[in-house]
Amino acid sequence: MHKNGFFSLLFHACFVTFIIAPLVVVMAMAFTSKGYLSLPTDGLSLRWFRALLDNQEMIDAFVLSVKLGLASATLAALLAIPAALAISRYEFPGRGAVTGFLLSPLMIPSVVLGIAFLRFFSVAHIGGAFWALTLTHVIVVLPYALRLTLASTIGLERDIEHAALSLGASRWTAFYRVVLPRIRTGVVGGWMLAFIQSFDELTMTVFVATPGTTTLPVAMYNQISQTIDPLITAVSTVLIIGTLLLMLVLDRLVGLDRVLIGEGK
Amino acid sequence: MATYDAERVGAAPWILSGPALLVFVALLLAPLLLTGVLSLNLFSDSEGVIPAYSVGNYLEVFKDSYFHEIFLRTGGMALAVTVLCVVLGIPETIIIARMAPRWRSLFLLVVLGPLLISVVVRTLGWAILLGNNGLINDALQALGITDQPVKMLFTQVGVIIALTHVLVPFMVIAVWATLQRLDLQVEWAGLSLGASRLTVFRRIILPQIMPGVLSGSIIVFALAASAFATPAIIGGRRLKVVATAAYDEFLGTLNWPLGAAIAMLLLVANLIIILGCSKLAERRFKQVFE
Amino acid sequence: MAFLTLEGIVKTYGSFRAIDGLNLEVRHGEFIALLGPSGCGKTTTLQSIAGFVQPTEGRIVLDGRDITHVRPEQRGLGIVFQSYALFPHMTVAQNISFGLEMRGVPRSERSKRIDEALDLVRLAGLGERYPKALSGGQRQRVAIARALAIRPNLLLLDEPMSNLDAKLREEMHIELRAIQRELGITTILVTHDQVEAMTMSDRIAVMQKGRIVQIDTPFEAYERPHSPFASAFLGKTNAFAGAVQLRNERCCHVQVRDTLLHVPHEDRSLGNDVNVYIRPEKIRLTDASSGRLSGRVRLRVFLGNLWLIAVESRLGLVHMTQPNLGTPPPEEGSDVGLDWSDDDLRLLDREVAHGHV
Repeated sequence: MHKNGFFSLLFHACFVTFIIAPLVVVMAMAFTSKGYLSLPTDGLSLRWFRALLDNQEMIDAFVLSVKLGLASATLAALLAIPAALAISRYEFPGRGAVTGFLLSPLMIPSVVLGIAFLRFFSVAHIGGAFWALTLTHVIVVLPYALRLTLASTIGLERDIEHAALSLGASRWTAFYRVVLPRIRTGVVGGWMLAFIQSFDELTMTVFVATPGTTTLPVAMYNQISQTIDPLITAVSTVLIIGTLLLMLVLDRLVGLDRVLIGEGK
Repeated sequence: MATYDAERVGAAPWILSGPALLVFVALLLAPLLLTGVLSLNLFSDSEGVIPAYSVGNYLEVFKDSYFHEIFLRTGGMALAVTVLCVVLGIPETIIIARMAPRWRSLFLLVVLGPLLISVVVRTLGWAILLGNNGLINDALQALGITDQPVKMLFTQVGVIIALTHVLVPFMVIAVWATLQRLDLQVEWAGLSLGASRLTVFRRIILPQIMPGVLSGSIIVFALAASAFATPAIIGGRRLKVVATAAYDEFLGTLNWPLGAAIAMLLLVANLIIILGCSKLAERRFKQVFE
Repeated sequence: MAFLTLEGIVKTYGSFRAIDGLNLEVRHGEFIALLGPSGCGKTTTLQSIAGFVQPTEGRIVLDGRDITHVRPEQRGLGIVFQSYALFPHMTVAQNISFGLEMRGVPRSERSKRIDEALDLVRLAGLGERYPKALSGGQRQRVAIARALAIRPNLLLLDEPMSNLDAKLREEMHIELRAIQRELGITTILVTHDQVEAMTMSDRIAVMQKGRIVQIDTPFEAYERPHSPFASAFLGKTNAFAGAVQLRNERCCHVQVRDTLLHVPHEDRSLGNDVNVYIRPEKIRLTDASSGRLSGRVRLRVFLGNLWLIAVESRLGLVHMTQPNLGTPPPEEGSDVGLDWSDDDLRLLDREVAHGHV
């Protein structure tokens, strides 16, 4: 393939700047020493990070988001693994419909999901419960867990499992000792992606969140809608760095390109 | 995975996918159906939701010019965002594809990584950049290009810029996937037959990545049309799009039936766009590509 | 007067010399095969001629014109790629038309030449199909038609048969050779398959580690290889290690284990370590009492048109072949005799570096 010429690289530099500019700006402003939104021209200061530690609202929201993420990702993974096995193992009538159905939340606008869940909760009188919120997140993140798990179950050759069976292993042993280790990366990767998606979820959660169950993105959104102050940039910085670390782990584990694009390098 | 013969399949796949299916039927299908029903209810300020059935809400949406404006604005914005993503995304993906493996991985991470960061954070960044006292205006004034701040926040242009930032990674993903399947030797074949580099790009590479561009465009358009957070933050209260209008009715006016109707319309529009265009694209390209 | 000349071509990638001083002269209308194992530099050489790879040193001259630094799109060569590289989004006719469009051939003339090209490769009527709907063999023909439609003065074939099954490959060898003869076009084939090289080419250039180690007609290359490498690469052979015992103007006597072999027309110094070679088809089976050497049949394999027989003898294990003329050769375990003509023996200095002995 041709190498990139000067203009290509120039375009590329502009593009990358465009992509990281908002993130860099947010992080820069978090280190300001002033009391209002500004660049840290007087030198870096950690006052807003310290202020974060005293901000109970944000801390509660953060803890809730983490708990929510862990719960929904785990539940989603537990549901997705057997479903993925069913889809890749058996050619049963309705297989396409099942797959499409379980992946459908990807095609439904978050706003619509939010309204639908809110309506459902009010009819069933279960608004405000943590587990209800968890279930909504499970619906939203299961497609991600399923896709990644499917990617590793579909690629599995039948022969290895047949070999285990012919050597006397029971179906469960064959699954546990031969299949599971080989789909482990897909499963873990799917879990991590589900966690990230749950943690980041905003639009749908805005509808179903209550004062007792406010996630971090919702808390940030509420705050931003009123006024933007450096505290929110400090929160954002923490999120950005946290996500970067998770990304590195995800890349090391499964390969980020497989996660985001669906195919390996 | 071992695929067993049809006779032995029986109930196993259903047992395995059962739990997930049950959760989905109870928590996805049911809520959507309820919302559909809700959209057919009526509403009054005094009594709240009235359990009568009519298509009044839908008629209201179709007739009221307020909603016409919102739907048109949303569609127009989504179109603009899609065009920008195509124009920016295609060259960038090709440029990354031509890099050495080490740079390629790095820049894929840089360009696609933001997808894993919450949209609140990304949009916050744009709110800061686009404000009247924001960085872009400061820079423009410092360079002497303008002496008054250019209004970008709370304008459609601002929303389009921010949405493009949020959604262009999806275009990159779609084009990247198709680029990976290109045979390098096909480019060489074009050269050997006398085509210049530009002609090779125009007549050999571009047509082959079209399916990816199309599927990326469908995704970007659908996501842009149903976007909530970015238009809300950057557009502000006065620049309504479909998603924020639904929010207003539901959590503002508390006119749940109307809000539900808007949501249903958005859902149907989304499904038509995604499924319809995909089917069209598939038919067009079926005979040509694997 | 050479039509294509490669002078002193060197290509280095860092410290790795992919092409290590290659010289080649090809006459107009000649069919040359570059034959060698993977990594020998044959594909790199082809890509240099095509212009996709720039030689580090050396010159390439085609029909009097120095094309060493000319861009690939201006060289006007016909190339058939290993993966065929058909444009998947264009029909067969559009694929073939592409090169003609690049040359500004007017539309009416184009459709005539497309039909000609399709007739040449016996694919008439398939112009409106897409590559996806064609079989492997058909795709290869389209690739050939596309390369020939532009009437190039040089045709380059990069292992074009490697994706075809054996039977189809054999057919294509003959067909492609016939097309080349009919058009009289100078052709260079890159392959690792010696049968392919021998079937199609006027001369074979055997390549090893970036150089041409021998260039000869197929018959000469096979019968008189210049090195153990060439000998082993072109067909199967028996190799016996020995030392020169006696020599005069007429022949060499080589001691192999406890047997003395007479190799005529060879001259080596006394005591030299050499290998004596004889091709399996040159050995005849006789009954145990007659014959120059006695032995016992260790293995007997039937291949349809011939028998493969391995005979344990005082020289070691001797491999020979016998055409299937109806009567099977003696069974495994039988005592037999071996005979040959001394003219069929070859002598080469032993190359210590090569394991292929």
